[in-house]
Amino acid sequence: MSRIPRSHLDAAAVNRPLRGRVAIAGAATYGCGEAPGMDDMTLLVRAAQAAVQDAGLSMQDIDGLATCSVNASMWPMPVIEHLGINPTYVDGTMIGGSSFIAHLLPAIRALEAGQCKAVLVCYGSAQRSATFGRKESQAARRFLDPQPYEFPYEPVLPVTAYALAAARHMHEFGTTRTQLAEVAVAARAWAQQNPEAFMRDPLTIEDVLAARPIASPLTVRDCCLVTDGGGAIVLTRAERARDLARPPVYVLGNATAIWNRQISCMPDLTTTSASQSGAQAFAMAGLKAADMDMAQVYDAFTINTILFLEDLGFCAKGEGGAFVENGGIAPGGRLAVNTNGGGLSCVHPGMYGIFALIEAVRQLRGEAGTRQLKRHSTAVVHGNGGTLSSQSTAVLGTAETL
Amino acid sequence: MLASDTTYLPLPMHLSAQTHYQAELDAGRFCIQRCPQCQNHVFTPRELCPHCGTGGLRWVRASGLGTVYSTSTVARKQDAGGNYNVALIDLQEGVRMMSRVEGLAPEAVAIGLRVQAHVAQKDGRGLVLFQPAAQGGAA
Repeated sequence: MSRIPRSHLDAAAVNRPLRGRVAIAGAATYGCGEAPGMDDMTLLVRAAQAAVQDAGLSMQDIDGLATCSVNASMWPMPVIEHLGINPTYVDGTMIGGSSFIAHLLPAIRALEAGQCKAVLVCYGSAQRSATFGRKESQAARRFLDPQPYEFPYEPVLPVTAYALAAARHMHEFGTTRTQLAEVAVAARAWAQQNPEAFMRDPLTIEDVLAARPIASPLTVRDCCLVTDGGGAIVLTRAERARDLARPPVYVLGNATAIWNRQISCMPDLTTTSASQSGAQAFAMAGLKAADMDMAQVYDAFTINTILFLEDLGFCAKGEGGAFVENGGIAPGGRLAVNTNGGGLSCVHPGMYGIFALIEAVRQLRGEAGTRQLKRHSTAVVHGNGGTLSSQSTAVLGTAETL
Repeated sequence: MLASDTTYLPLPMHLSAQTHYQAELDAGRFCIQRCPQCQNHVFTPRELCPHCGTGGLRWVRASGLGTVYSTSTVARKQDAGGNYNVALIDLQEGVRMMSRVEGLAPEAVAIGLRVQAHVAQKDGRGLVLFQPAAQGGAA
Protein backbone atom coordinates (compact mmCIF):
# COMPACT_ATOMS: atom_id res chain seq x y z
CA MET A 1 0.00 0.00 0.00
CA SER A 2 3.01 2.22 -0.32
CA ARG A 3 2.83 4.87 -2.99
CA ILE A 4 4.11 4.27 -6.51
CA PRO A 5 7.61 5.80 -6.56
CA ARG A 6 8.53 8.66 -8.87
CA SER A 7 11.84 9.04 -10.68
CA HIS A 8 13.43 12.41 -11.31
CA LEU A 9 15.77 11.18 -14.06
CA ASP A 10 15.27 13.13 -17.28
CA ALA A 11 16.35 10.23 -19.51
CA ALA A 12 15.84 12.24 -22.69
CA ALA A 13 18.31 14.88 -21.49
CA VAL A 14 20.82 12.63 -19.75
CA ASN A 15 20.90 9.54 -21.97
CA ARG A 16 19.86 10.71 -25.45
CA PRO A 17 23.53 11.42 -26.33
CA LEU A 18 24.16 7.66 -25.92
CA ARG A 19 21.35 6.73 -28.33
CA GLY A 20 22.69 4.46 -31.05
CA ARG A 21 26.32 4.86 -29.91
CA VAL A 22 26.63 1.12 -29.22
CA ALA A 23 25.40 -1.83 -31.26
CA ILE A 24 24.85 -5.53 -30.80
CA ALA A 25 27.44 -6.95 -33.18
CA GLY A 26 26.99 -10.64 -32.42
CA ALA A 27 24.32 -12.89 -30.93
CA ALA A 28 23.83 -16.62 -30.40
CA THR A 29 22.03 -19.26 -28.38
CA TYR A 30 23.24 -22.74 -27.53
CA GLY A 31 21.57 -25.89 -26.21
CA CYS A 32 18.07 -24.46 -25.84
CA GLY A 33 15.55 -27.04 -24.68
CA GLU A 34 17.11 -30.15 -23.20
CA ALA A 35 20.86 -30.50 -22.91
CA PRO A 36 21.51 -33.61 -20.80
CA GLY A 37 25.08 -33.96 -19.59
CA MET A 38 25.62 -30.20 -19.81
CA ASP A 39 26.17 -27.72 -17.02
CA ASP A 40 25.58 -23.96 -16.73
CA MET A 41 29.14 -23.02 -17.66
CA THR A 42 29.37 -25.23 -20.73
CA LEU A 43 26.13 -23.81 -22.14
CA LEU A 44 27.34 -20.27 -21.41
CA VAL A 45 30.76 -20.76 -22.99
CA ARG A 46 29.38 -22.39 -26.14
CA ALA A 47 26.82 -19.60 -26.57
CA ALA A 48 29.54 -17.02 -25.90
CA GLN A 49 31.89 -18.56 -28.43
CA ALA A 50 29.13 -18.64 -31.05
CA ALA A 51 28.18 -14.99 -30.39
CA VAL A 52 31.81 -13.85 -30.66
CA GLN A 53 32.21 -15.78 -33.93
CA ASP A 54 28.94 -14.31 -35.18
CA ALA A 55 30.43 -10.85 -34.64
CA GLY A 56 33.56 -11.84 -36.55
CA LEU A 57 35.73 -11.45 -33.46
CA SER A 58 37.84 -13.81 -31.38
CA MET A 59 37.52 -14.39 -27.65
CA GLN A 60 40.78 -12.47 -27.16
CA ASP A 61 38.98 -9.37 -28.48
CA ILE A 62 36.56 -9.48 -25.54
CA ASP A 63 37.65 -7.00 -22.85
CA GLY A 64 34.31 -6.43 -21.16
CA LEU A 65 32.03 -8.93 -19.41
CA ALA A 66 28.47 -8.82 -18.05
CA THR A 67 27.04 -12.02 -16.62
CA CYS A 68 25.23 -13.46 -13.62
CA SER A 69 23.90 -16.75 -12.32
CA VAL A 70 20.88 -17.84 -10.30
CA ASN A 71 23.07 -19.94 -8.00
CA ALA A 72 26.60 -18.52 -7.92
CA SER A 73 27.05 -15.09 -6.35
CA MET A 74 30.64 -14.69 -7.66
CA TRP A 75 29.80 -15.93 -11.15
CA PRO A 76 31.90 -13.48 -13.24
CA MET A 77 35.11 -14.99 -11.84
CA PRO A 78 34.68 -18.58 -13.07
CA VAL A 79 33.29 -17.21 -16.34
CA ILE A 80 36.49 -15.17 -16.83
CA GLU A 81 38.49 -18.29 -16.02
CA HIS A 82 36.62 -20.46 -18.52
CA LEU A 83 36.63 -17.88 -21.31
CA GLY A 84 40.32 -17.10 -20.81
CA ILE A 85 39.76 -13.34 -20.98
CA ASN A 86 41.16 -10.37 -19.05
CA PRO A 87 38.31 -7.87 -18.99
CA THR A 88 38.81 -4.24 -17.93
CA TYR A 89 35.05 -3.88 -17.49
CA VAL A 90 33.05 -6.36 -15.36
CA ASP A 91 29.34 -6.17 -14.46
CA GLY A 92 27.98 -8.95 -12.27
CA THR A 93 24.69 -7.25 -11.49
CA MET A 94 22.11 -9.89 -10.60
CA ILE A 95 18.51 -8.66 -10.51
CA GLY A 96 16.85 -11.79 -11.84
CA GLY A 97 15.70 -12.38 -15.38
CA SER A 98 15.93 -8.72 -16.41
CA SER A 99 19.67 -8.67 -15.64
CA PHE A 100 21.00 -9.08 -19.17
CA ILE A 101 18.88 -6.20 -20.43
CA ALA A 102 19.91 -4.10 -17.42
CA HIS A 103 23.54 -4.83 -18.34
CA LEU A 104 23.19 -2.73 -21.51
CA LEU A 105 23.34 0.88 -20.29
CA PRO A 106 26.38 0.48 -18.00
CA ALA A 107 28.15 -1.35 -20.85
CA ILE A 108 27.28 1.48 -23.25
CA ARG A 109 28.84 3.99 -20.85
CA ALA A 110 31.96 1.83 -20.47
CA LEU A 111 32.34 1.45 -24.24
CA GLU A 112 31.80 5.18 -24.80
CA ALA A 113 34.34 6.05 -22.09
CA GLY A 114 36.97 3.79 -23.65
CA GLN A 115 37.06 1.48 -20.64
CA CYS A 116 36.72 -1.46 -23.03
CA LYS A 117 36.12 -2.20 -26.72
CA ALA A 118 33.91 -5.31 -26.82
CA VAL A 119 31.51 -6.40 -24.07
CA LEU A 120 30.20 -9.96 -23.90
CA VAL A 121 26.81 -10.31 -22.17
CA CYS A 122 26.27 -14.00 -21.50
CA TYR A 123 24.21 -16.57 -19.61
CA GLY A 124 23.83 -20.31 -19.37
CA SER A 125 21.70 -22.64 -17.29
CA ALA A 126 21.12 -26.38 -17.31
CA GLN A 127 18.35 -26.11 -14.75
CA ARG A 128 16.22 -28.70 -16.52
CA SER A 129 18.92 -31.37 -16.78
CA ALA A 130 21.39 -30.56 -13.99
CA THR A 131 21.61 -32.76 -10.90
CA PHE A 132 21.57 -29.63 -8.73
CA GLY A 133 18.48 -28.33 -10.39
CA ARG A 134 15.69 -25.89 -9.80
CA LYS A 135 14.21 -27.66 -6.77
CA GLU A 136 17.49 -27.81 -4.88
CA SER A 137 18.33 -24.26 -5.87
CA GLN A 138 15.01 -23.00 -4.51
CA ALA A 139 15.51 -24.89 -1.26
CA ALA A 140 18.99 -23.38 -0.82
CA ARG A 141 17.74 -19.87 -1.55
CA ARG A 142 15.28 -20.12 1.34
CA PHE A 143 18.37 -19.78 3.53
CA LEU A 144 20.63 -17.67 1.32
CA ASP A 145 17.97 -15.12 0.29
CA PRO A 146 15.23 -15.35 2.93
CA GLN A 147 11.85 -13.66 2.66
CA PRO A 148 10.72 -14.05 6.28
CA TYR A 149 7.43 -12.20 5.80
CA GLU A 150 6.27 -14.44 2.94
CA PHE A 151 7.81 -17.92 3.30
CA PRO A 152 5.80 -18.86 6.43
CA TYR A 153 2.61 -18.70 4.33
CA GLU A 154 4.04 -21.17 1.81
CA PRO A 155 3.53 -19.25 -1.40
CA VAL A 156 4.90 -21.40 -4.22
CA LEU A 157 7.25 -18.80 -5.62
CA PRO A 158 7.43 -17.33 -8.10
CA VAL A 159 4.06 -18.51 -9.44
CA THR A 160 1.90 -17.50 -6.46
CA ALA A 161 3.13 -13.91 -6.70
CA TYR A 162 2.05 -13.71 -10.33
CA ALA A 163 -1.22 -15.42 -9.50
CA LEU A 164 -1.95 -12.68 -6.96
CA ALA A 165 -1.20 -10.04 -9.60
CA ALA A 166 -3.45 -11.79 -12.11
CA ALA A 167 -6.31 -12.07 -9.60
CA ARG A 168 -6.06 -8.36 -8.80
CA HIS A 169 -5.93 -7.41 -12.50
CA MET A 170 -9.06 -9.48 -13.13
CA HIS A 171 -10.79 -7.82 -10.16
CA GLU A 172 -9.92 -4.25 -11.08
CA PHE A 173 -10.29 -4.34 -14.86
CA GLY A 174 -12.49 -7.31 -15.66
CA THR A 175 -9.63 -9.13 -17.34
CA THR A 176 -10.83 -12.67 -18.06
CA ARG A 177 -9.35 -16.13 -17.70
CA THR A 178 -9.77 -16.53 -21.46
CA GLN A 179 -7.74 -13.38 -22.13
CA LEU A 180 -4.87 -14.76 -20.05
CA ALA A 181 -5.07 -17.99 -22.05
CA GLU A 182 -4.84 -15.97 -25.30
CA VAL A 183 -1.28 -15.03 -24.28
CA ALA A 184 -0.20 -18.67 -24.00
CA VAL A 185 -1.98 -19.64 -27.23
CA ALA A 186 -0.33 -16.78 -29.15
CA ALA A 187 3.10 -17.74 -27.81
CA ARG A 188 2.55 -21.33 -28.96
CA ALA A 189 1.48 -20.20 -32.43
CA TRP A 190 4.75 -18.27 -32.77
CA ALA A 191 6.73 -21.22 -31.37
CA GLN A 192 5.29 -23.47 -34.07
CA GLN A 193 7.20 -21.32 -36.57
CA ASN A 194 10.46 -21.53 -34.64
CA PRO A 195 12.51 -24.74 -35.00
CA GLU A 196 14.42 -23.81 -31.81
CA ALA A 197 11.25 -23.66 -29.68
CA PHE A 198 10.85 -26.37 -27.04
CA MET A 199 7.03 -26.78 -27.13
CA ARG A 200 5.47 -26.74 -30.58
CA ASP A 201 2.36 -28.93 -30.18
CA PRO A 202 -0.96 -27.23 -30.95
CA LEU A 203 -2.44 -25.38 -27.96
CA THR A 204 -6.00 -24.04 -27.62
CA ILE A 205 -7.64 -21.73 -25.11
CA GLU A 206 -9.57 -24.74 -23.83
CA ASP A 207 -6.29 -26.61 -23.28
CA VAL A 208 -4.95 -23.75 -21.14
CA LEU A 209 -8.13 -23.47 -19.08
CA ALA A 210 -8.34 -27.24 -18.50
CA ALA A 211 -4.66 -27.64 -17.62
CA ARG A 212 -3.50 -28.58 -14.13
CA PRO A 213 -4.23 -25.78 -11.62
CA ILE A 214 -1.10 -24.38 -9.95
CA ALA A 215 -2.16 -21.22 -8.12
CA SER A 216 -5.50 -19.75 -9.06
CA PRO A 217 -6.22 -18.21 -11.47
CA LEU A 218 -3.15 -19.70 -13.18
CA THR A 219 -2.78 -23.21 -14.61
CA VAL A 220 0.43 -24.91 -15.64
CA ARG A 221 -0.03 -23.60 -19.20
CA ASP A 222 0.05 -20.02 -17.87
CA CYS A 223 3.57 -20.73 -16.60
CA CYS A 224 6.87 -20.51 -18.43
CA LEU A 225 8.88 -23.58 -19.34
CA VAL A 226 11.75 -25.07 -17.39
CA THR A 227 14.44 -25.71 -20.00
CA ASP A 228 18.18 -25.64 -20.46
CA GLY A 229 19.89 -23.06 -22.63
CA GLY A 230 22.65 -20.53 -23.13
CA GLY A 231 22.61 -17.13 -24.79
CA ALA A 232 25.11 -14.37 -25.49
CA ILE A 233 25.49 -11.05 -27.29
CA VAL A 234 28.52 -8.92 -28.12
CA LEU A 235 28.40 -5.12 -27.80
CA THR A 236 30.80 -2.73 -29.52
CA ARG A 237 30.78 0.95 -30.35
CA ALA A 238 28.66 1.66 -33.40
CA GLU A 239 31.61 2.68 -35.59
CA ARG A 240 33.31 -0.62 -34.98
CA ALA A 241 30.13 -2.66 -35.40
CA ARG A 242 29.71 -1.25 -38.91
CA ASP A 243 33.06 -2.82 -39.87
CA LEU A 244 32.21 -6.23 -38.41
CA ALA A 245 30.57 -9.30 -39.93
CA ARG A 246 26.88 -8.79 -39.19
CA PRO A 247 24.38 -5.93 -39.66
CA PRO A 248 24.57 -3.88 -36.43
CA VAL A 249 21.53 -3.72 -34.18
CA TYR A 250 21.74 -0.38 -32.41
CA VAL A 251 20.79 0.14 -28.77
CA LEU A 252 18.60 3.24 -28.91
CA GLY A 253 17.39 3.24 -25.33
CA ASN A 254 17.68 1.36 -22.04
CA ALA A 255 16.46 1.89 -18.49
CA THR A 256 15.96 -0.22 -15.38
CA ALA A 257 13.62 0.21 -12.40
CA ILE A 258 13.21 -1.72 -9.14
CA TRP A 259 10.56 -0.77 -6.61
CA ASN A 260 10.41 -3.85 -4.37
CA ARG A 261 11.57 -7.43 -3.87
CA GLN A 262 8.60 -9.14 -2.25
CA ILE A 263 5.24 -9.17 -4.00
CA SER A 264 3.67 -8.06 -0.69
CA CYS A 265 5.80 -4.88 -0.87
CA MET A 266 4.76 -4.00 -4.44
CA PRO A 267 2.86 -0.70 -4.28
CA ASP A 268 0.16 -1.69 -6.81
CA LEU A 269 -0.07 -5.20 -8.23
CA THR A 270 -1.47 -3.92 -11.52
CA THR A 271 1.26 -1.35 -12.26
CA THR A 272 4.85 -2.59 -12.51
CA SER A 273 8.04 -0.56 -12.56
CA ALA A 274 8.06 -1.28 -16.31
CA SER A 275 5.99 1.91 -16.47
CA GLN A 276 9.15 3.75 -15.33
CA SER A 277 11.81 1.72 -17.19
CA GLY A 278 9.72 1.82 -20.36
CA ALA A 279 9.12 5.57 -20.22
CA GLN A 280 12.83 6.25 -19.61
CA ALA A 281 14.03 3.85 -22.31
CA PHE A 282 11.63 5.36 -24.86
CA ALA A 283 12.67 8.88 -23.74
CA MET A 284 16.32 8.00 -24.37
CA ALA A 285 15.40 6.60 -27.80
CA GLY A 286 13.08 9.48 -28.72
CA LEU A 287 10.49 6.89 -29.74
CA LYS A 288 7.24 5.52 -28.36
CA ALA A 289 5.42 2.20 -28.23
CA ALA A 290 3.49 2.98 -31.41
CA ASP A 291 6.82 3.24 -33.29
CA MET A 292 7.76 -0.36 -32.47
CA ASP A 293 7.58 -3.12 -35.07
CA MET A 294 7.65 -5.79 -32.37
CA ALA A 295 7.74 -6.38 -28.61
CA GLN A 296 9.85 -9.12 -27.04
CA VAL A 297 8.69 -9.17 -23.39
CA TYR A 298 9.52 -11.53 -20.56
CA ASP A 299 6.44 -13.76 -20.36
CA ALA A 300 7.28 -15.75 -17.24
CA PHE A 301 3.50 -16.06 -16.77
CA THR A 302 0.60 -15.04 -19.00
CA ILE A 303 -0.27 -12.03 -16.82
CA ASN A 304 3.22 -10.59 -17.46
CA THR A 305 2.59 -9.97 -21.14
CA ILE A 306 -0.66 -8.13 -20.37
CA LEU A 307 0.97 -6.03 -17.63
CA PHE A 308 3.97 -5.11 -19.78
CA LEU A 309 1.94 -4.22 -22.88
CA GLU A 310 0.05 -1.78 -20.66
CA ASP A 311 3.04 -0.43 -18.74
CA LEU A 312 5.13 0.02 -21.90
CA GLY A 313 2.33 2.06 -23.47
CA PHE A 314 0.90 -0.24 -26.16
CA CYS A 315 -2.52 0.21 -24.57
CA ALA A 316 -4.05 1.94 -21.57
CA LYS A 317 -3.92 0.44 -18.07
CA GLY A 318 -6.60 -2.22 -17.81
CA GLU A 319 -6.94 -2.73 -21.58
CA GLY A 320 -4.24 -5.39 -21.93
CA GLY A 321 -6.78 -8.21 -21.84
CA ALA A 322 -8.74 -6.75 -24.75
CA PHE A 323 -5.45 -6.03 -26.58
CA VAL A 324 -4.44 -9.71 -26.67
CA GLU A 325 -7.95 -11.00 -27.48
CA ASN A 326 -8.81 -12.71 -30.78
CA GLY A 327 -5.19 -13.40 -31.65
CA GLY A 328 -4.14 -9.80 -31.03
CA ILE A 329 -0.50 -10.77 -30.37
CA ALA A 330 -0.43 -14.02 -32.36
CA PRO A 331 1.03 -14.22 -35.89
CA GLY A 332 -1.00 -11.85 -38.06
CA GLY A 333 -2.27 -9.92 -35.04
CA ARG A 334 -2.15 -6.21 -34.24
CA LEU A 335 1.33 -6.42 -32.66
CA ALA A 336 4.05 -9.06 -33.02
CA VAL A 337 4.89 -10.17 -29.46
CA ASN A 338 7.44 -12.82 -28.48
CA THR A 339 7.99 -14.05 -32.00
CA ASN A 340 10.23 -16.93 -30.85
CA GLY A 341 7.47 -18.39 -28.67
CA GLY A 342 8.72 -16.64 -25.53
CA GLY A 343 9.40 -18.14 -22.16
CA LEU A 344 6.01 -19.83 -22.37
CA SER A 345 6.79 -22.00 -25.40
CA CYS A 346 10.36 -21.43 -26.67
CA VAL A 347 12.99 -21.39 -23.95
CA HIS A 348 13.21 -20.55 -20.24
CA PRO A 349 16.35 -21.64 -18.42
CA GLY A 350 15.66 -19.76 -15.17
CA MET A 351 16.35 -16.29 -16.56
CA TYR A 352 15.00 -15.30 -20.00
CA GLY A 353 16.19 -11.72 -20.60
CA ILE A 354 19.10 -12.57 -22.91
CA PHE A 355 16.83 -14.70 -25.12
CA ALA A 356 14.37 -11.83 -25.65
CA LEU A 357 17.31 -9.70 -26.79
CA ILE A 358 18.57 -12.39 -29.15
CA GLU A 359 15.15 -12.89 -30.78
CA ALA A 360 14.93 -9.13 -31.38
CA VAL A 361 18.39 -9.19 -32.99
CA ARG A 362 17.37 -12.07 -35.30
CA GLN A 363 14.17 -10.28 -36.33
CA LEU A 364 15.87 -6.91 -36.85
CA ARG A 365 18.56 -8.55 -39.00
CA GLY A 366 15.90 -10.30 -41.05
CA GLU A 367 17.12 -13.80 -40.28
CA ALA A 368 14.08 -15.20 -38.43
CA GLY A 369 13.04 -17.74 -41.08
CA THR A 370 9.36 -18.45 -41.57
CA ARG A 371 8.43 -16.26 -38.59
CA GLN A 372 10.29 -13.25 -40.02
CA LEU A 373 8.28 -10.03 -39.70
CA LYS A 374 7.77 -7.88 -42.80
CA ARG A 375 8.52 -4.69 -40.88
CA HIS A 376 11.62 -5.11 -38.76
CA SER A 377 13.31 -1.78 -38.03
CA THR A 378 12.46 -1.26 -34.37
CA ALA A 379 11.94 -3.48 -31.34
CA VAL A 380 11.24 -3.04 -27.68
CA VAL A 381 12.75 -5.74 -25.47
CA HIS A 382 11.55 -5.97 -21.90
CA GLY A 383 12.92 -8.02 -19.02
CA ASN A 384 11.38 -8.88 -15.66
CA GLY A 385 13.10 -10.25 -12.58
CA GLY A 386 12.14 -11.72 -9.22
CA THR A 387 8.41 -11.54 -8.60
CA LEU A 388 7.52 -8.48 -10.69
CA SER A 389 10.45 -6.94 -8.78
CA SER A 390 12.95 -5.68 -11.36
CA GLN A 391 12.12 -4.32 -14.80
CA SER A 392 14.48 -3.36 -17.61
CA THR A 393 13.49 -2.06 -21.03
CA ALA A 394 15.62 -1.73 -24.17
CA VAL A 395 14.74 -0.09 -27.47
CA LEU A 396 16.65 -1.50 -30.44
CA GLY A 397 16.78 -0.42 -34.06
CA THR A 398 18.44 -0.99 -37.44
CA ALA A 399 20.65 1.54 -39.25
CA GLU A 400 17.63 3.37 -40.68
CA THR A 401 16.51 4.37 -37.16
CA LEU A 402 19.70 6.33 -36.42
CA MET B 1 -8.30 7.23 16.82
CA LEU B 2 -7.37 3.79 18.03
CA ALA B 3 -5.60 3.34 21.32
CA SER B 4 -2.79 1.60 19.46
CA ASP B 5 -2.07 4.81 17.53
CA THR B 6 -0.66 6.49 20.61
CA THR B 7 0.65 3.56 22.61
CA TYR B 8 4.27 3.23 21.54
CA LEU B 9 6.04 0.16 22.79
CA PRO B 10 9.64 0.20 24.03
CA LEU B 11 12.22 0.36 21.24
CA PRO B 12 14.57 -2.66 21.42
CA MET B 13 17.77 -1.21 19.94
CA HIS B 14 19.72 -4.42 20.35
CA LEU B 15 17.47 -6.51 18.11
CA SER B 16 16.92 -6.55 14.37
CA ALA B 17 13.43 -5.54 13.37
CA GLN B 18 12.73 -9.06 12.19
CA THR B 19 13.88 -10.60 15.47
CA HIS B 20 11.70 -8.22 17.48
CA TYR B 21 8.69 -8.76 15.22
CA GLN B 22 8.96 -12.52 15.60
CA ALA B 23 9.56 -12.33 19.38
CA GLU B 24 6.37 -10.32 19.76
CA LEU B 25 4.46 -12.84 17.66
CA ASP B 26 5.89 -15.70 19.72
CA ALA B 27 4.44 -13.92 22.75
CA GLY B 28 1.09 -13.67 20.97
CA ARG B 29 1.30 -9.98 20.01
CA PHE B 30 0.96 -8.67 16.43
CA CYS B 31 3.01 -5.47 16.17
CA ILE B 32 3.91 -3.28 13.22
CA GLN B 33 6.14 -0.24 12.98
CA ARG B 34 5.27 3.44 12.86
CA CYS B 35 7.45 6.37 11.84
CA PRO B 36 7.90 8.92 14.64
CA GLN B 37 8.50 11.63 12.01
CA CYS B 38 5.84 11.25 9.28
CA GLN B 39 3.50 9.05 11.37
CA ASN B 40 3.03 6.50 8.57
CA HIS B 41 2.77 2.87 9.57
CA VAL B 42 5.43 0.59 8.11
CA PHE B 43 5.38 -3.09 7.12
CA THR B 44 7.39 -5.24 6.45
CA PRO B 45 9.62 -4.51 9.50
CA ARG B 46 12.80 -2.57 8.70
CA GLU B 47 15.27 0.06 9.93
CA LEU B 48 14.27 3.13 7.94
CA CYS B 49 10.91 4.70 7.12
CA PRO B 50 10.34 4.09 3.37
CA HIS B 51 8.32 7.30 3.18
CA CYS B 52 10.72 9.83 4.72
CA GLY B 53 13.96 7.98 5.51
CA THR B 54 13.77 8.47 9.26
CA GLY B 55 15.27 5.83 11.55
CA GLY B 56 14.11 4.78 14.99
CA LEU B 57 10.78 3.35 13.90
CA ARG B 58 8.48 2.62 16.84
CA TRP B 59 6.52 -0.56 17.45
CA VAL B 60 2.75 -0.35 17.86
CA ARG B 61 0.09 -3.00 18.28
CA ALA B 62 -1.69 -3.64 14.98
CA SER B 63 -5.47 -3.37 14.96
CA GLY B 64 -5.61 -6.61 13.01
CA LEU B 65 -8.48 -5.36 10.89
CA GLY B 66 -7.98 -5.58 7.19
CA THR B 67 -9.32 -6.20 3.70
CA VAL B 68 -8.28 -8.84 1.19
CA TYR B 69 -6.33 -7.05 -1.58
CA SER B 70 -5.64 -10.20 -3.60
CA THR B 71 -5.96 -13.93 -3.14
CA SER B 72 -4.86 -17.21 -4.68
CA THR B 73 -5.69 -20.83 -4.08
CA VAL B 74 -2.47 -22.84 -4.20
CA ALA B 75 -3.02 -26.36 -5.49
CA ARG B 76 -1.73 -29.12 -3.23
CA LYS B 77 -2.42 -32.83 -3.23
CA GLN B 78 -5.16 -33.96 -0.87
CA ASP B 79 -2.86 -36.30 1.04
CA ALA B 80 -0.39 -33.44 1.59
CA GLY B 81 -3.11 -31.29 3.16
CA GLY B 82 -5.11 -30.15 0.14
CA ASN B 83 -5.45 -26.70 -1.41
CA TYR B 84 -4.66 -23.66 0.69
CA ASN B 85 -5.04 -19.91 0.57
CA VAL B 86 -2.36 -17.25 0.13
CA ALA B 87 -3.61 -13.68 0.37
CA LEU B 88 -2.40 -10.11 0.50
CA ILE B 89 -4.17 -8.19 3.25
CA ASP B 90 -4.42 -4.40 3.43
CA LEU B 91 -4.46 -3.48 7.12
CA GLN B 92 -6.49 -0.48 8.13
CA GLU B 93 -3.24 1.20 9.26
CA GLY B 94 -2.37 1.51 5.55
CA VAL B 95 0.15 -1.30 5.16
CA ARG B 96 -0.03 -4.58 3.24
CA MET B 97 1.09 -8.05 4.30
CA MET B 98 1.03 -11.59 2.99
CA SER B 99 -0.97 -14.03 5.07
CA ARG B 100 -3.54 -16.80 4.91
CA VAL B 101 -7.28 -16.46 5.43
CA GLU B 102 -8.78 -19.41 7.22
CA GLY B 103 -12.27 -20.29 8.42
CA LEU B 104 -13.64 -20.72 4.91
CA ALA B 105 -12.71 -22.69 1.82
CA PRO B 106 -9.60 -21.28 0.09
CA GLU B 107 -11.63 -20.77 -3.10
CA ALA B 108 -14.21 -18.73 -1.13
CA VAL B 109 -11.70 -16.07 -0.06
CA ALA B 110 -12.59 -13.04 -2.19
CA ILE B 111 -10.96 -9.70 -2.86
CA GLY B 112 -12.64 -7.07 -0.68
CA LEU B 113 -13.47 -9.50 2.14
CA ARG B 114 -13.11 -7.85 5.57
CA VAL B 115 -10.84 -9.92 7.79
CA GLN B 116 -9.51 -9.96 11.36
CA ALA B 117 -6.04 -11.09 12.40
CA HIS B 118 -5.11 -13.50 15.14
CA VAL B 119 -1.74 -14.85 16.17
CA ALA B 120 -1.50 -18.60 15.76
CA GLN B 121 1.35 -20.71 17.08
CA LYS B 122 2.94 -23.02 14.54
CA ASP B 123 5.99 -25.14 15.38
CA GLY B 124 6.49 -22.95 18.45
CA ARG B 125 6.58 -19.71 16.47
CA GLY B 126 3.89 -17.04 16.26
CA LEU B 127 2.24 -16.52 12.88
CA VAL B 128 -0.36 -13.92 11.86
CA LEU B 129 -3.40 -15.50 10.24
CA PHE B 130 -6.76 -14.00 9.32
CA GLN B 131 -10.38 -15.04 9.39
CA PRO B 132 -13.49 -13.25 8.17
CA ALA B 133 -14.32 -10.28 10.40
CA ALA B 134 -17.51 -10.49 12.44
CA GLN B 135 -20.40 -8.58 10.89
CA GLY B 136 -20.53 -5.00 12.20
CA GLY B 137 -17.16 -5.46 13.93
CA ALA B 138 -14.83 -2.78 15.16
CA ALA B 139 -14.22 -1.58 11.58
